[in-house]
Amino acid sequence: MKILVYAEQQDGHLKKSAVEAVSFARQSFESRGDLNITVLLGGQVDTQAAAELGLYGANSVWMPAESILNSFEVHLHALAIQQALAESGAEVLVMAHTYCGKSLVPRLSVAWDAVLAAGVNSPPECASDGSWKVYRTVYSNKGIASYSVSGVRRILSFLPNALKPVECSSPCTVFPWNTTVNSAAAKTRSLELQKVQGKIPLTEAERVISGGRGLKGPEHWHLIEDLAEVCDAATACSKPVSDMHWRSHDEHVGQTGITIKPDLYMAVGISGAIQHLAGVSSSKTIVAINTDREAPFFKVADYGVVGDAFEVLPQLTQAIRRLRKG
Amino acid sequence: MNILVCLSQVPDTTTKISFTSDNKELNKAGVQYIINPYDELALTKALELNEASGGGSITVVHVGGADAEPVLRKALAIGADQAVRIDTAPMDARQVAAEIAHFVSSASFDLVLAGRESIDYNGGLVGGMLAEYLDWPLVNVATSIEGGAGGSMIVCRDMDGGREKLEVYLPAVITCQKELTEPRIPNMRGIMAARTKPLQVLAPQGKGADMHVLEHALPPSRQACRFFEVHQMDELVEALHQQAKVL
Ligand SMILES: Cc1cc2nc3c(=O)[nH]c(=O)nc-3n(C[C@H](O)[C@H](O)[C@H](O)COP(=O)(O)OP(=O)(O)OC[C@H]3O[C@@H](n4cnc5c(N)ncnc54)[C@H](O)[C@@H]3O)c2cc1C
Ligand SMILES: Cc1cc2nc3c(=O)[nH]c(=O)nc-3n(C[C@H](O)[C@H](O)[C@H](O)COP(=O)(O)OP(=O)(O)OC[C@H]3O[C@@H](n4cnc5c(N)ncnc54)[C@H](O)[C@@H]3O)c2cc1C
Repeated sequence: MKILVYAEQQDGHLKKSAVEAVSFARQSFESRGDLNITVLLGGQVDTQAAAELGLYGANSVWMPAESILNSFEVHLHALAIQQALAESGAEVLVMAHTYCGKSLVPRLSVAWDAVLAAGVNSPPECASDGSWKVYRTVYSNKGIASYSVSGVRRILSFLPNALKPVECSSPCTVFPWNTTVNSAAAKTRSLELQKVQGKIPLTEAERVISGGRGLKGPEHWHLIEDLAEVCDAATACSKPVSDMHWRSHDEHVGQTGITIKPDLYMAVGISGAIQHLAGVSSSKTIVAINTDREAPFFKVADYGVVGDAFEVLPQLTQAIRRLRKG
Repeated sequence: MNILVCLSQVPDTTTKISFTSDNKELNKAGVQYIINPYDELALTKALELNEASGGGSITVVHVGGADAEPVLRKALAIGADQAVRIDTAPMDARQVAAEIAHFVSSASFDLVLAGRESIDYNGGLVGGMLAEYLDWPLVNVATSIEGGAGGSMIVCRDMDGGREKLEVYLPAVITCQKELTEPRIPNMRGIMAARTKPLQVLAPQGKGADMHVLEHALPPSRQACRFFEVHQMDELVEALHQQAKVL
């Protein structure tokens, strides 16, 4: 069974999702004795880092010989992936369902005429007839649907943080790869990039500290940021908080914001409205901090503190500092 | 510009989701349907673009059954000029995209706007598939759209860890993210006018679906919350570290 994994990079560094994608492919189809995983890098990275994808199960890595893919232009990347699919003879394409993945997989499913299982939660269950059963959340995390997937060509994209990468082998060979894709095929022209500097991207974060209207105003957000810093967490917020411009829109989680599934989600001064929960309820562990014992968030939280955020947050931050030191 | 806006109808965001006894579909009893929130933004943006340029027409399209007609009428009341319903019960995004692509090739649109994702099946796929069927450029998850020079548009899009401003030439498919604009509420004049605006029903071209749902389930219920007092922060941290293993 031949698999092509598309591994994302940014500014010459492999993204966290690159390792996840290789490991997802390996863990999903491990039982197939003839499994062969080729990785196409979405741009040039350090050769050593590329070879280490072998640790997670890649058999070989193709590194573009030209710089044309180094910045992300969806149409160029889609063409490059199609070329690599043809050259590798892969039947299955695996990638992460990140913003890049979300732009690529729908185009590729039509262009490559493949059945698309997009945004799955966990590795597919493989049946003896070759079909897969996959699970994905629907109705904004309020439901889970299982689908049967069959077809000669298939694309599988998984949610970031869907599984923990596991080391299983040794570094592999990195081959230079010549693409036939020409920059004239680009259909958009980048004018400006604004990168969130030094912050952990919310969708990739393993821990997230989120604040709501209970924090009373943007001037109090240092309490959230301090806590986030001691636990290497990203920061998020509820919709009214971003609507009132206390925090920027890219931090808004929920049904009409970003959907996340970190290991730890801490909700501070957030009531737990159904639209908010829709974006965060598949987090592994949920902590709620709220003055109101009856706040709906406590119905879904694993751990709760009934108390004033202004009192709880500094103490919690101190307690985590003690743990980290000890 | 001639703009097409793809509209899906979805359960109201406050809906408590449950499934039919065979778990094959949504239990529709008491469910209120609304225009998918992102599609409502797409429609408003289309109106703003044409108001700014002083011309053009806006068509809304839905692939689905007659039960979606109230939602299409609402779009007409908000300001769309005409509505089209492609009469089939689609089961996946590819089927929806193929039907819309077929319709687009029989007309002449400059721009197709869709939502970033539907809040029911959350695929985020229809826009990209449509762009590929049409061989048009795609800009996914746009937070602003403005007219540029010589038939181009200047669009900002969300990306992993940031935002990108880019230029795209028409015709193109753009999918809409919040922040693009605020939804408009139809006024009385709009509601009256909507009654006489055309709502055309087209036969499907007939592509089937690739993906079939086997079953739905509710997310596993969580264990009861364990409470800590304000002075017990070390105990909470210990539980997160030792028990939950997330710190
Ligand atoms: C179509 C639609 C889509 C929506 N989409 C989203 C979405 O994507 N995301 C989202 O978040 N919301 C969404 N909402 C809004 C949602 O319904 C709620 O209004 C919102 O989540 C409430 O935000 P909040 O919890 O910050 O504020 P509130 O509901 O006002 O809650 C504040 C909480 O803080 C507590 N509190 C007060 N003071 C303190 C203190 N000192 N210390 C600790 N706790 C304190 C209060 O007890 C209360 O529980 C949507 C609504 C609609 C209609
Ligand atoms: C009775 C019934 C049962 C269904 N059961 C299923 C099911 O089990 N599984 C399933 O995946 N789908 C099902 N659908 C179809 C579903 O409602 C969607 O239309 C389709 O799956 C696309 O969903 P998506 O989440 O991938 O869309 P997305 O790709 O997330 O949608 C993005 C954008 O595409 C546009 N769009 C999406 N759907 C339509 C549409 N129908 N018409 C016009 N524009 C649209 C909107 O602008 C939307 O914002 C069912 C539909 C009906 C009527």
